[in-house]
Amino acid sequence: MTSRDPSTSQPPTPTPKRREQNRREFLRTLGLGAGMLGLSLAGLYPVINGVNARLRPPGAIKDRLDEQKFIAACIKCGQCVQVCPVEAIRLADLLDGVGLGTPYIAARDQACDFSCDGLQCVLACPTGALTHEINYPAQARMGFARLSRPEACLAVQGKGFHGPARGADFGGKLRFQEVDRWNPIPVAQHPYDLPLCDLCIRQCPIEIRLAQCAAGSPPSGDPNQCPPRHAIALEPRPEGRGMTPKVQDGCVGCGVCEMVCPLEPSAIVVDIDRNASAAPQARSVS
Amino acid sequence: MSYILESLRQLIGLDPSKPGPEEQAPEVRLIYSEKRREKLTPEALRAKEAAHDRTHDRHQWRNRRWLTLMAVNLLFVVSYALDVQLVEGALTASRVLGFHFADLNSALQVTLAFKHIVLNLVIGTLTVLVLWWLLGGRTFCSWVCPYHLLAEWAEKLHLALAKRKLVRDIQFHRGVRAVFYVLFALLALVSGYTLFETISPTGILSRALIYGPGLALLWVVALLLFEIFVSRRAWCRYLCPIGITYGVVGLTSPVRVQYNVKNCHHEGDCRKICMVPHVLDVTIRGRARGLTTDIGADCTRCGLCVDVCPTDSLTFKVKGLDKVL
Repeated sequence: MTSRDPSTSQPPTPTPKRREQNRREFLRTLGLGAGMLGLSLAGLYPVINGVNARLRPPGAIKDRLDEQKFIAACIKCGQCVQVCPVEAIRLADLLDGVGLGTPYIAARDQACDFSCDGLQCVLACPTGALTHEINYPAQARMGFARLSRPEACLAVQGKGFHGPARGADFGGKLRFQEVDRWNPIPVAQHPYDLPLCDLCIRQCPIEIRLAQCAAGSPPSGDPNQCPPRHAIALEPRPEGRGMTPKVQDGCVGCGVCEMVCPLEPSAIVVDIDRNASAAPQARSVS
Repeated sequence: MSYILESLRQLIGLDPSKPGPEEQAPEVRLIYSEKRREKLTPEALRAKEAAHDRTHDRHQWRNRRWLTLMAVNLLFVVSYALDVQLVEGALTASRVLGFHFADLNSALQVTLAFKHIVLNLVIGTLTVLVLWWLLGGRTFCSWVCPYHLLAEWAEKLHLALAKRKLVRDIQFHRGVRAVFYVLFALLALVSGYTLFETISPTGILSRALIYGPGLALLWVVALLLFEIFVSRRAWCRYLCPIGITYGVVGLTSPVRVQYNVKNCHHEGDCRKICMVPHVLDVTIRGRARGLTTDIGADCTRCGLCVDVCPTDSLTFKVKGLDKVL
């Protein structure tokens, strides 16, 4: 191939040896091609089995567990990761197959608390994988919260809560309007003293916005920021003692309730395969 | 025109064309016949190579290139780490001072899988298209792609082992890269998933640098091991469709490496260090058609051949620049 002899520049006469070399090269190449093809197709395994379905950032174009469009449209650049003020967004790794490099939110560690107000991740997305059709937190449909362990819930038992929500070592952040209008602070630095635990309602970004709007001061002074429906509310229990957190159809699935729940594991979780329209039991409450 | 056709031929994996004597300019034939008459002795050639090895700018282009590659990738890292927002995103797509940039191959994969034309992506793609057209197409590979640098170091290991006869470079047919290009485009269209992005070491490395390491790096390590022990520069030579995308961009690019047959000794030092040696087949004795030949678009403009050539027969040229200046 790198011979210096000028005679090799003539068209080679296909000797049997040369033909054999060509045949082997062809077979080797075929093997290489099949190997690469097989490996790239293996990336489909996690999506076919739905094992990589995750809580996605606001605006992710998906229909419950069907994330095909979202994964297809995502260019895996992480610009959404870079703009999130609470660093809620992470990028999926190799085990997610074709989902590699797509953004997700591990709500228990750090939920999306919409403290950017303007859906920065949606604005940052260059491909519309986080659809630019939504402008406000209440328009997001990431999932739907569910009280998964009602028997353990402190509110149900009529118990209060004292101290930092997730202990002193928890690294998650939230923006507390009354502490700092602009910057999120660690949850660990914001202890509570509650006669009845209502953390999931108290910290719900939708409920916070509703309260602000009711007080006549919507976020950023923009009335469009006001959510149309409640996301979660405490309901008295028939037995009279304690209250039950009831998820309502304004829930966007941001995961803040799952993050702040002081129980281990959390008594409230976000289901990614449900949203308000797919949760009939919530509809009647509104 | 013949440059474009010849480049395309090489990009899809065919052997470079060989000129018949009637296709060669008379002056070129004269040069070849004079060289045949006055043969350079091996000793004289070695002396010439040794003298060139001692020149201070022996690694000039390589050093410039490594510095550029590291600077570009570090810019992404530093920009995010310090939150200065100069360059946001990764190599697949980014905003540079607020302007959209999108890697051409990633944008193509996303468009085929998503089946929508996204305006931001069109803007970003056009910007990048113009940028790399100006800079030379596959210049992206050797001057920006982080995998290229690792592969270059792996190649050094491979060559050191090969010299001791511990490994042998197993070669494949270069045509497989073009087959992959079509295959990955079709797969994206049919499956609706950007399958290539999952195995693209460029994207994996860029994200790992910026957002932190992950398991995906194991794939990159596996590729490097394959290149060290089995097949020299296998990913860039035989597999990566990004190379074809930028190769096509470079078809009409003004930045090229130019070969001048006059002083060439045809000793082949350039072909030995080249990642895509077929583009340098014109340096084989008897292959040149004219006095100067532009190296085809599959060339990554890495400049290793420019550095190594003891007679300055290979140089960087910007087409039309002499007319402007």
